[in-house]
Amino acid sequence: MHISSHSDSRTNSDALVIGGVSLTSRLFTGTGKYASDAFIPRVLEASGSEVITVALRRVDLTTQTDTVTRHIPEHMRLLPNTSGARTAEEAVRIARLAKAMGCGNWVKIEVIADNTYLLPDGYETIKATEILAADGFVVLPYVNADLMIARSLVKAGAAAVMPLGAPIGSNRGLQTKEMIRILIEEIPLPIIVDAGIGKPSQACEAMEMGAAACLVNTAIATATDPVAMAHAFGEAVRAGRRAFLAGQAPVSAGRASASSPLTGFLFDS
Amino acid sequence: MYAMINGTRTELPDGLDVLGLVRFAALSPDTVVVEVNGCIIERAGYDQTMLKNGDQVEIVSFVGGG
Repeated sequence: MHISSHSDSRTNSDALVIGGVSLTSRLFTGTGKYASDAFIPRVLEASGSEVITVALRRVDLTTQTDTVTRHIPEHMRLLPNTSGARTAEEAVRIARLAKAMGCGNWVKIEVIADNTYLLPDGYETIKATEILAADGFVVLPYVNADLMIARSLVKAGAAAVMPLGAPIGSNRGLQTKEMIRILIEEIPLPIIVDAGIGKPSQACEAMEMGAAACLVNTAIATATDPVAMAHAFGEAVRAGRRAFLAGQAPVSAGRASASSPLTGFLFDS
Repeated sequence: MYAMINGTRTELPDGLDVLGLVRFAALSPDTVVVEVNGCIIERAGYDQTMLKNGDQVEIVSFVGGG
């Protein structure tokens, strides 16, 4: 009991600070693809998530549509994305419209010109980051897991770097694991694994490696039971973070290393 | 008069301001952002921004996304 309460207090003091905001939960969630937006408040409660993404679109004037923000509790921090942008200029325009909604100055830069793999355009993303960071935005760019892009984003004033684990919505896991590991080693900003995480064990692994947080949308929203899956992701991210802080035990080259003493056997003559 | 609203040519009553447009479209002003000819209109200025014939208007809101 004593040990467990010790590790609890250690985890609780382990806040993630982004743009001057202190976050307890290291699981970011999204609002896309839910069968019903009514799942969203229950997903947030089950996961403990404090940051949630939204997209910005033209209002359909021909039908009465529900507002997604109606389902997002007040205490949540909104992270509008710039999806739909194909250039830095379009991303900047979307970010400014999102800020005018009056829900804060955070933005997830997403500049995509490839419709098959939805891979981000690093060059345009860096340009948009530079403009928006100078304009007072807290910029979280979604990029390929690439060291040179990440270094440029640091210079451009990003608040975090969000490398993809695998293509958006693919649930294929940490395919870019080695490159993410390098970002965690080299980049002095929070590394938030965004896109591709398909199951809690993959989020846990990213956190064990030292990722600052994970952003999970599809794997929760399209699970058979989104609320239960959100709970599982929340626990996986916490477990992975605790394991990272605890420090992994050494890995042997292949030989066994006895866990029990090799002396005092009953059968020693 | 008419305006291009979200890419669609839309007939509007004459003498409409942005607040009037939002109401005309049966929207709640605090859930949308309006851009006229590329300029974002702050909500406090909705009733001081008159629309002109042929204006390019975008009305956007948050939707689900990752």
